[in-house]
Formats: sequence, C-alpha cells, structure tokens
Amino acid sequence: MTTEPLLRVEGLDTYYGESHILRGVDLAVPSGQMVCLIGRNGVGKTTLLRTVMGLLQPRSGLVCLDGEPLGRRPPHERAHAGIGYVPQGREIIPWLTVRENLMLGLEALPGGLVRNRRIDPLVFELFPVLETFLNRRGGDLSGGQQQQLAIARALLGKPKLLLLDEPTEGIQPSIVLDIERAVRRSIETTGISVLLVEQHLHFVRQADWYYAMQRGGIVAAGPTSQLSQSVVNRFLSV
Amino acid sequence: MTLLFESLFNGVAIGSVLLMAALGLAVVFGLMGVINLAHGELIMLGAYTTYVVQNIFKLEALKPCFGAYIFVAVLVAFMVSAIAGLVLERSVIRRLYGRPLATLLATWGVSLILQQFVRTTPMAYASGLWMTLLLGLLMPVLLPQRIRARFRALHLRVAGWALALAGGIGTAAWLSGISRLSRASARNVDVTAPKWMRGGIELGSLNVPVPRLFIICLTVVAVIAIYWFLNRSVWGIRIRAVTQNREISDCLGIPTQTVDALTFGIGSGLAGVAGVAVSLLGSVGPNVGGDYIVGSFMVVVLGGVGKLVGTVVASFGIGLLTDVIGAGRLLEVWPSMPPTCAAVVEFFATTSMAKVLIFALIVAFLQLRPAGLFPRKGRMVEA
Ligand SMILES: Nc1ncnc2c1ncn2[C@@H]1O[C@H](COP(=O)(O)OP(=O)(O)OP(=O)(O)O)[C@@H](O)[C@H]1O
Ligand SMILES: [Mg+2]
Repeated sequence: MTTEPLLRVEGLDTYYGESHILRGVDLAVPSGQMVCLIGRNGVGKTTLLRTVMGLLQPRSGLVCLDGEPLGRRPPHERAHAGIGYVPQGREIIPWLTVRENLMLGLEALPGGLVRNRRIDPLVFELFPVLETFLNRRGGDLSGGQQQQLAIARALLGKPKLLLLDEPTEGIQPSIVLDIERAVRRSIETTGISVLLVEQHLHFVRQADWYYAMQRGGIVAAGPTSQLSQSVVNRFLSV
Repeated sequence: MTLLFESLFNGVAIGSVLLMAALGLAVVFGLMGVINLAHGELIMLGAYTTYVVQNIFKLEALKPCFGAYIFVAVLVAFMVSAIAGLVLERSVIRRLYGRPLATLLATWGVSLILQQFVRTTPMAYASGLWMTLLLGLLMPVLLPQRIRARFRALHLRVAGWALALAGGIGTAAWLSGISRLSRASARNVDVTAPKWMRGGIELGSLNVPVPRLFIICLTVVAVIAIYWFLNRSVWGIRIRAVTQNREISDCLGIPTQTVDALTFGIGSGLAGVAGVAVSLLGSVGPNVGGDYIVGSFMVVVLGGVGKLVGTVVASFGIGLLTDVIGAGRLLEVWPSMPPTCAAVVEFFATTSMAKVLIFALIVAFLQLRPAGLFPRKGRMVEA
C-alpha cells in the first residue's frame, strides 16, 4: 500500500529567466518524516525550496501538498495551507522587535494575527535567548540569534511541512545543537514533516531519507542509514 | 513674551497644515517607497469633497445640523481620497513597483488627469461616480454570507456593480438638483466655515482664529490615530512587515497585495483629510494640490524617510522657520540691527521669499545629512 506523502514534487522545471535551474525534480516527503536534500553549492537546492514555497513559478511540473496540487497559489496561501519556510540567510524583519517577529509567525494559523496573539512559551524553552531579547529589534540580534528567531517564528505557525534552508550555515556548534534539538523535538511532539537542506553531516544523519542533487536534478536517494562515505564526499562540501 | 507666543502659535499652525499634507505621503512614500506625484491632487479631491458636503448640508432637511458638516466632511474626504488612491494603486502603481522613474511619470500623468477631471466634470457627476465605486467595492463585503453562498460569483459581481451603478446614478441625479454642483466650472470655489468656527478665541493676549485651532486639533488626532494604527493594530504590524521584507512576509502568510492596497488607501485617505484643512485656509481650485506637493516631499525627506517622528518634527520646524523668516521676527526682536542685516531680513519677510530661503536651507542641510533629521540607526546595513 502506498500512502500519499505530505509533499510530492513531480517533474519540476524551474528557470531563472532563460537559465534552466531545476531539471525534472521528483521528490517526496512522507508525513511525519524528516527528509534531507544535499548537494554542492549552486546546484539548485534553494531554488527547489523557493519553488515549493511559491516564490518561484515552475515552468512545468507539480507541487502537491496532501495530494492537492498547489498550482500557482501565492506564498501566503501556501503558508496558510501549512508550509512553514525558514529561508537561507535568516531573513527576519529587521525593524520589528523580536516579539513582533514571533507574532508574525502566528499569521499562518487559522484566523491569523487577529485570532491568535499568544506566543507559545515552548519556543522560549527551545530558544531561551529569544525571551531575553523580546523587545530588541530583530535586526540587532546576532546572526545565530536571528536564525533561532526565524526557526521559532516558523514553528509558531504550526506548519505541517517545515522547509529549512541551511539552518546551521555559519553558526557556532553549540547553537547548531540547539537548532537540531528544536527541530527533532517538534517532529516528535507535533508530528510535522521537515524538508531540510543541510551541509553538516551530523544534522543530515538525523533525517530519515536523503536526496542528493547535482546540476538541478536528483541523482541519488535513499535512507540516511545507508548514506555511504562516497556519497557524502560527493555531495557535501564539508 | 507675547511675541514668542505668537510666533510659536503661527509656527505650529503653519506646521500642522504641512504635517497634515505630508502625513499621507509619509505613509505612501516613507513606508512603501512609492513616489506619488498625484498626492497633491488627492488633497485637492479632499478639498472639493468638503465643498460638496457643505452644499449638501445647505439642503433644507440638513440645515439644522450645518455646523456639524465639517466633521462629516473629514470622514467623507478620507473615503473619497482613499478610494481614488485604491483605484490608482490597483490600476497603475501595482504594475510599476520597483520602477521609481516609471511611477514618477505615471503618477504625474494621473495628477494632470485629475486636475482636468475636476475642471470638466460637474461635481454632482463626480460624486455619482465615486458613489458607484464605493458601493461596488463594498458590495462583496456588505452582503451577508448567506446570500453570497446562494449565487454564482460572476452573477454576484455583475449584480453588485449594477446595483452600485444605480446608486451612483441616483446620487448624481439627486445632487444635480443643487445648482452649484450641477455645472462644471474651472473657477475656484470657496468653502465657508460653519458659524462656530468663525472668529477667534482670546488666549491670553493672543487672538487665535478658530479654523487654525481646528486644523491643529485635526492634525493631532490624525497623527495619534496613524501612530496607533501602525504600531498597535494587527494591520499595522502587517504593513510594517511587508514594507521591510515583502518576500518573507508573503511566506509567513501575509496577503501582500491586500496590504499594499490598504497602505496606499490609508495614505491617500490622509491626503483627503488634509484637503479639508486646506479648504478652510483659502479658495479651492484644480491647482491647489501643486501648492502642497513640494512641501510635503520636503518634509518627508527632511524628517528621514520612513520615520513618523521625523515627519512631525520636520513639519513643525519648517512651520516655525516660515513664521520667523516670513514675518521678519528678527527685526521685531532686535530693531536696532545694522541696516544691511535689516535689509536682508526684510527682503525675505514675505511668504514666497521665506519659502525660497527655507527650501534652500533644507537642500543645504540634506547635503550634510542625506538621511534627514532622523536617520535609521542600528546594525542593519540596508534601508
Ligand atoms: N535570482 C537569480 N537569478 C539568476 N540565477 C540565479 C538566481 N538565484 C540563483 N541563481 C542560480 O541558480 C543556481 C542555483 O542556485 P541555488 O541558490 O538554488 O543554489 P543552492 O543549491 O541553494 O546553493 P548554496 O548551497 O550555495 O545555497 C545557481 O547557479 C545560481 O547562480
Ligand atoms: Mg542555497
């Protein structure tokens, strides 16, 4: 019996202008699982996540959430449909306070900010540093703190699917562990699915399944338990 | 002492008109980064709206509450300009985001169109058109869900606009009964203040004209309201988020196009309220917007783009300077100054020369501090 995965991507082709970036990408994220996408710099990992989020329109191919094609729906509708996105380069909203940034995470919940004003204290348990800086402007946080803020914000929207684009890029090891723990804990407690783009082998190994990407196409896939050293050497830059 | 007080009051009065005119621009240009050269014409629409509302209140039925027309005018002017702004955003500006030069030219064209529109269209018809737009835009919101669910969307839209059109034609027909509104005229019109607003109030040794006082109060209320809206309300957070990082806001679930339309509508609506103030200060003509547009941009840039506080300080600063220079206050304070200095002070002691000098000063100041009085600080590089 094959159950419909939470996210199914089929034959996706995405272009930047005339340059062909994604070439017929097929990928699935089963419900409640963590799937990791690996590949060297510039192969199109971010492009894939942006296409799933709706920031880029594919020229052909399908993106289905819960079996339902997302078509040309804009990003904010996809957020309400249950996709949370932590972009590469920790894009928080610089002039808003940490509290306001977190509140914006509630926008994806049914009823949006109007109905939901309470920030779940769980995020402060996961990232205690955020609580101490609640009234500071987001842009004044350090890079690592901004990354924690971006992840906390995405989790507050209670997504079914979390897209994480290199969440540990340029971050000190102790905070990398915090982030790994937070992601794992959300999967255990809320049953969300995660599509992770990552370069740290330690984090990659926590995923259930991996896809390896090269020049815009998926070239290898399998359970992470069988991730061999040669694959790691070929597709991870660290 | 009296001199100081008088100067202060005049400065605040001039400043509050400037602030009122610039407030909408502070939202549209400061927050959204859209250069809207038709902002002055949105002010003009507000001023004409005051005139129309006033004439409606001269009808027999409404005569007893004529004194209250100005408050109704404030509300209606806000809505008139807000809807004009919404239509402008949806039809023109939305297609030009990120292209400042194209926006500049297009909105300049729109400002010319609007000027010609008020010259050639009888106000009764213009009101009818506006009523059609208002009803048409509100119809989907007003109808109860129960009725909406029963019909097809297309039928509902057609029927909605047909109803709106009927309402518009009705309004036009009704207002055509008022002779002053039934014919087009390129000449200026005059708004008469309600009775309670004429004359002045004795404040110490100073005779304060009531319309000025009214404008100051209106400005204070508008500033507080917009400050509250942007900083405390849900839509305020959304607006600030979208203006700072559109893509991420979209990914978080904020309907960015709705936010754009709303922001632009509110900025335009504020221009309409400014129009009410403007109509109390002098006669209203198709070109009245041009008198305010340059000053408004100056205020916003001087205050620091995107900073409401800056806009407030800059307006009152310019207001005070205008009074000090324009009324030759230095001579009053120091009558025995050397004749050459006195000649210079007198030379600039007219409204227009004071304006020239102040704009020159602002330009010089911006050479020194291009980010204005209140530049944004912090570790964020961009913006
Ligand atoms: N806005 C853009 N316009 C044109 N080309 C782009 C744009 N953004 C990315 N590209 C190109 O698309 C390709 C894929 O980029 P992408 O950002 O998806 O790579 P990535 O796999 O995420 O790399 P990294 O590991 O460095 O984040 C690259 O060759 C890049 O140069
Ligand atoms: Mg990337």
